[in-house]
Amino acid sequence: MYLYSLTLQRATGIVCAINGSFSGGKSQEIVVARGKLLELLRPDDNGKIQTLLSVETFGAIRSLAQFRLTGSQKDYIVVGSDSGRIVILEYNKEKNVFDKIHQETFGKSGCRRIVPGQYLGIDPKGRAVMIGACEKQKLVYVLNRDTAARLTISSPLEAHKSHTIVYSICGVDCGFDNPIFAAIELDYSEADQDSTGVAAGDAQKNLTFYELDLGLNHVSRKWTEAVDNGANMLVTVPGGGDGPSGVLVCAENFVIYKNQGHPDLRAVIPRRADLPAERGVLIVSAATHKQKAMFFFLLQTEYGDIFKVTLDHDNDHVTELKIKYFDTIPVTSSMCVLKSGHLFAASEFGNHAFYQFQGIGDDADVESSSASLMETEEGFQPVFFQPRRLKNLLRIDQVESLCPIMDMKVVNLFEEETPQIFTLCGRGPRSSLRILRPGLAISEMAVSELPGVPSAVWTVKKNVTDEFDAYIVVSFSNATLVLSIGETVEEVSDSGFLDTTPSLAVSLIGDDSLMQVHPNGIRHIREDGRINEWRAPGKRTIAKVGSNRLQVVIALSGGELVYFEVDITGQLIEVDKHEMNGDVACLDIAPVPEGRQRSRFLAVGSYDNTIRILTLDPDEGMQDLSVQSVSSAPESLLFLEVQASVGGEDGADHPASLFLNAGLQNGVLFRTVVDMVTGQLSDSRSRFLGLRAPKLFSIIVRGKRAMLCLSSRPWLGYIHQGHFLLTPLSYETLEYAASFASDQCAEGVVAVAGDALRVFTIERLGETFNETVIPLRYTPRKFVLQPKRKLLVIIESDQKAFSAEEREAAKKECFEASGTGENGNGNAEKMENGGDDEDKDDPLSDENYGYPNAESERWVSCIRVLDPKTASTTCLLELQENEAAFSICTVNFHDKEYGTLLAVGTAKGLQFWPKKSSTAGFIHIYRFLEDGRSLELLHKTQVEGVPTALCQFQGRLLAGIGPVLRLYDLGKRRLLRKCENKLFPNTIVSIHTYRDRIYVGDIQESFHYCKYRRDENQLYIFADDSVPRWLTASYHIDFDTMAGADKFGNVYFVRLPQDVSDEIEEDPTGGKIKWEQGKLNGAPNKVEEIVQFHVGDVVTCLQKASLIPGGGECLIYGTVMGSLGALLAFTSRDDVDFFSHLEMHLRQDNPPLCGRDHMAYRSAYFPVKDVIDGDLCEQKNNLKATVLDIDLRRLAVVIALRRQ
Amino acid sequence: MQASDRFNINSQLEHLQAKYVGTGHADLNRFEWAVNIQRDSYASYVGHYPILAYFAIAENESIGRERYNFMQKMLLPCGLPPEREDD
Repeated sequence: MYLYSLTLQRATGIVCAINGSFSGGKSQEIVVARGKLLELLRPDDNGKIQTLLSVETFGAIRSLAQFRLTGSQKDYIVVGSDSGRIVILEYNKEKNVFDKIHQETFGKSGCRRIVPGQYLGIDPKGRAVMIGACEKQKLVYVLNRDTAARLTISSPLEAHKSHTIVYSICGVDCGFDNPIFAAIELDYSEADQDSTGVAAGDAQKNLTFYELDLGLNHVSRKWTEAVDNGANMLVTVPGGGDGPSGVLVCAENFVIYKNQGHPDLRAVIPRRADLPAERGVLIVSAATHKQKAMFFFLLQTEYGDIFKVTLDHDNDHVTELKIKYFDTIPVTSSMCVLKSGHLFAASEFGNHAFYQFQGIGDDADVESSSASLMETEEGFQPVFFQPRRLKNLLRIDQVESLCPIMDMKVVNLFEEETPQIFTLCGRGPRSSLRILRPGLAISEMAVSELPGVPSAVWTVKKNVTDEFDAYIVVSFSNATLVLSIGETVEEVSDSGFLDTTPSLAVSLIGDDSLMQVHPNGIRHIREDGRINEWRAPGKRTIAKVGSNRLQVVIALSGGELVYFEVDITGQLIEVDKHEMNGDVACLDIAPVPEGRQRSRFLAVGSYDNTIRILTLDPDEGMQDLSVQSVSSAPESLLFLEVQASVGGEDGADHPASLFLNAGLQNGVLFRTVVDMVTGQLSDSRSRFLGLRAPKLFSIIVRGKRAMLCLSSRPWLGYIHQGHFLLTPLSYETLEYAASFASDQCAEGVVAVAGDALRVFTIERLGETFNETVIPLRYTPRKFVLQPKRKLLVIIESDQKAFSAEEREAAKKECFEASGTGENGNGNAEKMENGGDDEDKDDPLSDENYGYPNAESERWVSCIRVLDPKTASTTCLLELQENEAAFSICTVNFHDKEYGTLLAVGTAKGLQFWPKKSSTAGFIHIYRFLEDGRSLELLHKTQVEGVPTALCQFQGRLLAGIGPVLRLYDLGKRRLLRKCENKLFPNTIVSIHTYRDRIYVGDIQESFHYCKYRRDENQLYIFADDSVPRWLTASYHIDFDTMAGADKFGNVYFVRLPQDVSDEIEEDPTGGKIKWEQGKLNGAPNKVEEIVQFHVGDVVTCLQKASLIPGGGECLIYGTVMGSLGALLAFTSRDDVDFFSHLEMHLRQDNPPLCGRDHMAYRSAYFPVKDVIDGDLCEQKNNLKATVLDIDLRRLAVVIALRRQ
Repeated sequence: MQASDRFNINSQLEHLQAKYVGTGHADLNRFEWAVNIQRDSYASYVGHYPILAYFAIAENESIGRERYNFMQKMLLPCGLPPEREDD
């Protein structure tokens, strides 16, 4: 089996983010690393974050830094990754790519202990960069400019210190003196030797300054001093005239200012009043804002509170360090303060946000200072504060993030054309169920009823130079309605259009006159109000029209074409006639090329299943240039000029190419390239869009021409980041559409469907999925479907949290205490987070502030029955007394008394530290009431461990409890043990069944294939895996095959060899005798690995599904970083050969951006086997096909052509 | 030191041991071996952000805290070393 791996939804979580001016000049951009993706984001004028560029790097990006050479206007990007190389990138604005300026190898690849890449420190003047590892190794590279002003990089200078753990590295701002880097270090050599533990107790973290002597080209340890043992992060303090220099050391509970030859200044980080005493406060992200006259730091704690840190200083002497409560936002992995007065917050889980500064925290607030630090016998006196509403920040945009995907199911619950993907996302108060549908989201702006059923709609401008449209013209079967667009949209009768007849086309013609084509003629309305009318000859009527701004072709009934042109005076003049063989099905004229008088090409579709290209050149007299036969009669034609890419590798712009698109009556979109000179058609491909013949319309998307195809669902063909994408829109079936531009809506679409006129805009271009979000209460763990009743049952649980009632009480108390008296009461139902209006009526929404922390042995959990259609929870059972749910399944016991029951596995008082333990485990059995909308507990059975996996098997319940697989039957009061096998190595995390086989996944030891013998009532393992695999997800593929994913980011398939499988099935004892022999402490048979692929992200869920109706099935996976991918099986050997070769060539010609070898990356833990990396194959491909309907062979041909 | 010494297996091993932390030797005891493995694992967890996030979800901590905890555990990953038997 060969698989093609393709990312459907790129990772949405963010590892780290930096900001700067990467395109040069004044614009501010943000570069984010999303695991293995590097992206460039830019806030647009409306404060919306736009993705300019997204590059798959095939390597784990661990750190990012930006620097600027003195006197330059542009920032460079330094990337620390797992490649064992330092890479310096520059954003190339013209080509919209990252250019690799330098790539220097220093060590082995992989995230290793002593190979640098984890930390980056930059000299603030851009003269040097330090790259460090977790232990021992630190390398300094000197950055400079050569005579041609190009960036140069030196050979590395070592600043190693063995037996030393490094916690953080940063540059120290010391103006133009020798560059200095600071590092928090801990020497463990003595602690490793001393068995008494004294040395370990004495182990002291040090702050060390490394000086790079630019004259001697040498790095030396300049200064080292003990620092608080809780230190975890360093922040550069501006120096060299802008500030006092030195560093801020962030430690647990403290922020300390340190500099060489300067006394320490220490201030406590204020604590939330409700924080348990056992917990410290740790800074997890920091951002610096520096202006000419002032600077401050924003530090965020692990609870989400942001503190503003300021330093009072006179010249180089710091007198006071102040920490003031600023605001609270969800916990971030990185924050970026932009010069434009915005804050980009890359959340560690859930949506990222973009804030505008409303203030910079100058108002009075809780403040702690180095001057008021009190030391008592128990240590330093803490300062307390209460989080409040946002005061200094205002959220203006958010970037959707699925991170982390906890569970996923693909099912067509809503009976739509394509199945929906249900994902459980997020954590704690920010968790949600997200329903993903392939397609672009649209936002509907207006829907208005019309007096009849319209057949078509157009928009026209009054003048070519106008920015906005003047009229919307709607045609009915016997009339035409003209609406004028202004403040409001209203009917007008003075437009000059004939309203007693239906219309066939309405457009702007020439510079400033309007044209209406109706069955009996053409009405040409001049700008001054004069009207010229051309009448169709005799009894013939006009059937079809094609036009651009200067040319009109009409087809009369019977098949005669009449060609008109606009002359210099603006008159519409009949130029030529041409007789076709039969009736014309559709027409289109290519748009007039820039600087030309006319377009040369006319496309005519006929009912004899052909499309002809005719020339409109006056010298050639409308003769055929080329003919293309198609599978069905064309319904609609559209020429689209596509300038897909702005520059290839050679720097030359790819010339725009002209595509002819045809919607055929069998629902296929046919697309072919038109040679700009000869009019010959080549490279045709087709794609099924829906059950109706697609009608094609030209609209404007982001200032470029794009194509709207209306079949049984609307599709949009547009260009995104140099790729042409054809994506469905999540909207209902439309009849006719036109682009729409007005004051309120710059780039909209007006469409008719039924008897309504609709105006909408298309949002968030470039996304594969649009999502509907339903908020949840706690971290969702798993869910099951009730397909018949269309309901979901979700289990949610959280450690270290208070239950809803406790939180409500605490909140109420806190508001009473603070005297605000706001409506802290009476919204017990409003426990769910989410919803944009939350901020208004809930003074402290959990989504922003997080749940208050409880002691580590506390658990909260609930079981929820959710109706996804109405997004309503029909039943919510909160578990009591530290019980938390971990597994769920539906089960039909064979006595059928109750029908389908729900089994939920729970643990009571679960603790992971110091040792994993729980006071008890239970299996709850629930009965569905009210047609599945509600649950009733039947009984609860205590078991000796945590039931981490449950599954129905032959009318009984299989439970995995620690290392025990047990079969239960339903009793009146409790579950009854029937059979068990205790021979599993660690903990059972998944159970799948098929016929009499049971496929058990162990947390650490991959799959075990078991059999149940009913006559002997025995469960036994007949095959297992030879490789240890820390399973995180599993899926049953077929009788002999399982798909799994492990903790280290690998997806693999194992299969029982056919002969072994047959032998076991034929053996009357079912291989039992052999089983008793065993092999190497394991089962007698071993499964074989048939597929292996390193995804590079922890896969949490797997499912086999088909995402398009009638399409092949593929294996869909979801990951912790919020990406979705698919593995699609190849159907022919030729395709495999082709793609293997393509992959091989791309590996050579297009090495990954971060310097990691592609093959080595995909084989990071186990050698890649029989998987072709589609993400690589698509990197050099202008036609981004998605797996949603990948036509592999055509794609292959196209790629081959592109490569020539 | 003679020129031939530089190429014998012992000096090569010593060079490796100095250059690559964690390179084993004949007298490596169980504790030292385990400490190396643990430190390597923690460094790998800290380096791979998705794994860090996975742990953070399991323990309901922030990723920053999780990273800090792992780094802290690198000091004594396997508890105190056993008493040395002087031989």
